[in-house]
Amino acid sequence: MIVRFWGTRGSLPIALTSADIRDKLVRALLQASGRHFADAQAAATFVREELPFAVKETYGGHSSCVELDLSGDQYYVCDMGSGARPLGAHILARQQGRPATINVFMSHVHWDHIMGFPFFGPAYVPGTTIRIHGCHEVMEQAYHLQQSPPCFPVTFSQMAAKIEFVQLTPGSRHLIGDIAVTPRLQLHSGDSYGYRIECADKIIVYSTDSEHKLDDNEEVKQIANFFRDADVVVFDAMYALADAISVKADWGHSSNVVGVELCQMAEAKHLVMFHHEPIHNDATLERLLAETRRFEELTREGAFLKVSSAYDGMEIRL
Amino acid sequence: MYPTAKIDGKVLILGLNGRLDQDNADAFRAALAPHLDKAAKDQLGIVLDLSQLEYVSSAGLRCFMLAVKQTKAHNGRIVVAALQAMVAEIFQISRFNMLLQVFASVGEATAALSLPPGDKT
Repeated sequence: MIVRFWGTRGSLPIALTSADIRDKLVRALLQASGRHFADAQAAATFVREELPFAVKETYGGHSSCVELDLSGDQYYVCDMGSGARPLGAHILARQQGRPATINVFMSHVHWDHIMGFPFFGPAYVPGTTIRIHGCHEVMEQAYHLQQSPPCFPVTFSQMAAKIEFVQLTPGSRHLIGDIAVTPRLQLHSGDSYGYRIECADKIIVYSTDSEHKLDDNEEVKQIANFFRDADVVVFDAMYALADAISVKADWGHSSNVVGVELCQMAEAKHLVMFHHEPIHNDATLERLLAETRRFEELTREGAFLKVSSAYDGMEIRL
Repeated sequence: MYPTAKIDGKVLILGLNGRLDQDNADAFRAALAPHLDKAAKDQLGIVLDLSQLEYVSSAGLRCFMLAVKQTKAHNGRIVVAALQAMVAEIFQISRFNMLLQVFASVGEATAALSLPPGDKT
């Protein structure tokens, strides 16, 4: 099983700028000062093994889209942010014309979580079945709305795939294909839902666009139980804690610090910071990752919690 | 957790000790409330002496944020002082060092709050 991240940015897709590229080149050249590379392979080895991630690569800029890859013709996807466009190309290439069934699980229907769907290639392929699961009654309305004139030239009804909307019940365990999914209501404007996904003996929690007020012990325990023993927790770590509970209170997002604390309470194995703040560049995200790992180390009382920061293209094999 | 309190001129110094986390944050908030009221009533600056505080979680930091909010609503001033290394790191990682002014010692914090607001001398 592979958890594959196609879009990891919060609120709005971003792209690297010319200044970002220049900065990376300057840092790479400085690090290579005095070095001689006999050929391209030697240079590639240097880049791969010696340059920091924020210099040699990028966290990327697509908005939320995460795939749970179980192989076969059934796909499982959380959210349809702009990362759904490259995911769609990936599915079409892999299917080689074979019909696919794609199960989508919606955290909510804010713009950045549905904007990839009009560009999702399989939606235009006859024989494809797309089931969009979620707990919002307005789910279908939101999908139709973003493809209605004057917002987009192709209407929803022009898509060739068979597209169904499936209402899920929060707190109930739903068996869908090869997985079991339990949605949980989260604090976010218009509500959002996290998903606890069980597959074989693995547990993945997808919990984005979720604010944690920290003022209700019982609720903290419930969230920790939702994360309990998870192999991977994909967690909204958009803001610093000080911002999340002061100037950005009620904006519907959380922090790296709370992510670590909840995962430690839950005895989860791997925290993946997600829904990155659009104004954060690669260097900032790299620093935040280092700080979060240090926080985990400072506060560790039980087992080691692995901490990662999601990037577009990242794969976690379970 | 019940803060110890002493007054130095126009500054109320509140000492915290042990751990401040999810388990005792509510009790700490309740214990802090009368001190915040007194500081507002008597126009005292507040120094949180963290020299004996070993650990603070997000729930504890939230108590500090609420204290800042309440103090500022009365045009008062609240700072922290003498952070242990671990608590100082938690302040930096959580960016609470941007929300609360941090002093190396209680003496420095008290001196700073004894000056009139805006006086940087």
